[in-house]
Amino acid sequence: MATMTAPATRRPEPPREVKTRRSKTGRKVRDNLTGHAFLIGAVLCFALFMWFPMVRGIVMSFQRTRRGETTWVGWDNYTRIVADPSFWIAWKNTFIFTILALVLGYLLPFFVAILLNEFRHAKGYLRILVYLPVMLPPASALFLFKYYAYDPSEAGLFNAILKALHLPTSEWMQSPTMTIPAMVIASTWMNMGSAVLIYLASLQNIPGELYEAAELDGAGVWRRIWNVTIPQTRLILTLLAMLQIVATMQLFIEPLILANGAGTQDSATSVAYLIYQHGFFQNDLNGAAALSVIMLIVLAAFSAVYVRLTTKQD
Amino acid sequence: MSVPQYRKAAALALAAGLGISLAACSTKSSDDSGTDASGKVTITVDCQPVGAQKELLANWNADVAEFEKANPDISIKSVSVGEQCNNPPDFTARLAGGTMTDVFYGYMTDLQQVLDSGQAMDITSAVSKDTIPTWDSVDPALKEVFTEEGKLYAIPVKNYSMGLVYNKALFKKAGLDAENPPKTWAEVRAAAKKIAGLGGGVAGFSEYSAGNTGGWHFTAEIYSQGGKVLSEDGKKAAFNDAAGKQVLQNLKDMRYGDNSMGTRQLLQWGDLLTNAGAGKVGMFIGAPDATQAIVSQFQGKYEDWAMGPMPGQDGAAKGTLGGGEGYFFKKGLSDAQVKAGLKWIAYQKLTPGKGQLDYVRAKPQNYPVGLPQPLLFTNGSEAQKQELDLRKANANVDTANFKIFEDNPVAIVGEPRNAQAIYAVLDSAMSGVLTNPNANIDSLLKTAEEKVNQLQAAGS
Repeated sequence: MATMTAPATRRPEPPREVKTRRSKTGRKVRDNLTGHAFLIGAVLCFALFMWFPMVRGIVMSFQRTRRGETTWVGWDNYTRIVADPSFWIAWKNTFIFTILALVLGYLLPFFVAILLNEFRHAKGYLRILVYLPVMLPPASALFLFKYYAYDPSEAGLFNAILKALHLPTSEWMQSPTMTIPAMVIASTWMNMGSAVLIYLASLQNIPGELYEAAELDGAGVWRRIWNVTIPQTRLILTLLAMLQIVATMQLFIEPLILANGAGTQDSATSVAYLIYQHGFFQNDLNGAAALSVIMLIVLAAFSAVYVRLTTKQD
Repeated sequence: MSVPQYRKAAALALAAGLGISLAACSTKSSDDSGTDASGKVTITVDCQPVGAQKELLANWNADVAEFEKANPDISIKSVSVGEQCNNPPDFTARLAGGTMTDVFYGYMTDLQQVLDSGQAMDITSAVSKDTIPTWDSVDPALKEVFTEEGKLYAIPVKNYSMGLVYNKALFKKAGLDAENPPKTWAEVRAAAKKIAGLGGGVAGFSEYSAGNTGGWHFTAEIYSQGGKVLSEDGKKAAFNDAAGKQVLQNLKDMRYGDNSMGTRQLLQWGDLLTNAGAGKVGMFIGAPDATQAIVSQFQGKYEDWAMGPMPGQDGAAKGTLGGGEGYFFKKGLSDAQVKAGLKWIAYQKLTPGKGQLDYVRAKPQNYPVGLPQPLLFTNGSEAQKQELDLRKANANVDTANFKIFEDNPVAIVGEPRNAQAIYAVLDSAMSGVLTNPNANIDSLLKTAEEKVNQLQAAGS
């Protein structure tokens, strides 16, 4: 058998090392051209609609525009915004809302998901029922709450129920103490459907043998939840907790619709609403940009700490 | 073509398509001279009535057609920006984004904001009898509102002053004299108590406290007490005084002392007028054109509504709030566009018998003719005489319902500098006394004062 010599078909040795690298890079680019071309759309959209406004916002927070002239003012907007009497009130309201929304809006969907998972009949119907509020536009859902559920007179749905139960009624959004809890209830009702579905999907991935083994060991319902369900869904639980906190900290549409803005004596003013108020009612877009940057830093710091802590645990 | 080639072609087409779309977004459609291909001067104008305002929209479109016929070298492109032509957040967004029309609507309170945005054009030299034939008759006080450092930035097209709007039908039902409305805040309180006594969710007196409207009415009411919102130099808040406290005390007394203001609070413009249209409001502070909104937008009846002067604390009011609206010109328009814009405003807004002052056309429609305002022209001027004669001849509302308001004029005080921002702050003080029986008036005013001082310091 003749040995094949193929000098003619073999590639000639490159004269220099640099050329090899160049041609390799060129080939890589050629090979990935399609991928890059597809990617460019997403990158451009992100750059234009996410990164550019973010950078522009940061720049604006150090500027002031008066009579069409924009000047650099250093930290002026920041000191001014922190001195706003509503600044700390807005942060306090936002934190209280976040904590309450976390307690109610995070735990409730988990237990609803566990319950739904246990049902043997009408599963699909119940899931649709739980998910239905998510399909309502948030503004419509909040108007329903505003005009039907939270009507301060005795004609309001919640007050009618309270009255029928011989319990004291409330002025809901007009009561400084009830404003935040009322927003939490509406927000949880509107948003819990998605979380329930995610939890359900996660619950259905838990192997049945684990529950069987636990039952054989004599574990009751709570024990099974604590020792099987929670550890098996820990990843999704931690992820949703972070998303929930980041989303609820950006509380905006609830005060805007339920409380017509700031509510009674700033009781509904959230940080995001204060940004809107400065930017669009007080002709202070630079102050609004400064407050947005502060919020960005707080949320980014929280997310970083959270990710670090949860990664360490894993 | 092989599959990878298809893929490549699709990817390149996607990237190119995106590039073209982005380029299209940033392309200016008209050239700088504002003329179209046929050589016509083109201007865009906002505040075209919305589709739901059928008759007003038809009137506007007819005006555009007639104007273009009379001025074949001008083309008007109308833009609708909502029923309430200036919703403050939308207006701010348009200003910030530079997306206003060439000739754009604004409130008298918007001058500072428009100037800050750098979007307004100085039109001083362009305005004269040649461009606006009735210009010399337009009330100089209205021109002054849109003037800064001797430069004119907008043409006034509507004005108002506030008084006490009241429901005659509810007055009669409550056993009150419908021809003799309350003239002091004490009388308002007594009447409100009687009207609220009718039950059925009727508020004797109703008041705003959200969406900047609370601050707007606080301003009107502190003027009635002889107070001020800002110091003379405009740099400090001046409402934390006896007059400001009295305004809030009056409201608190009616809301919680007498329970005569209804349970639903945090009301904005449309909320109160919806209740009024439904016959659930006995009295409120407003301008004559509030009755137009009640009827045309909120299904009320003209014959139910009448007006008295702004109430005072111990006698006649010491002042009332006056305001209005006008049209600004966007910076960068050509001379021909400015001239075209002025001609259009002259025709549609400031010519007796035409446009908004065409009372013959308006008479059979569901819009009031015969209200005591606007009063755009100076007393004794030819334009005013013509306009008032036409108004009287074509009145479709009972002018007697506004006679007490007309016969008892109250000194009109203009809106404070940076008004919308101040109104937003004062909403909080108003909502405080209307929703919290334990509200501390001193503390509410002190907080608002701090905020306004800060606002004024930042704006100066």
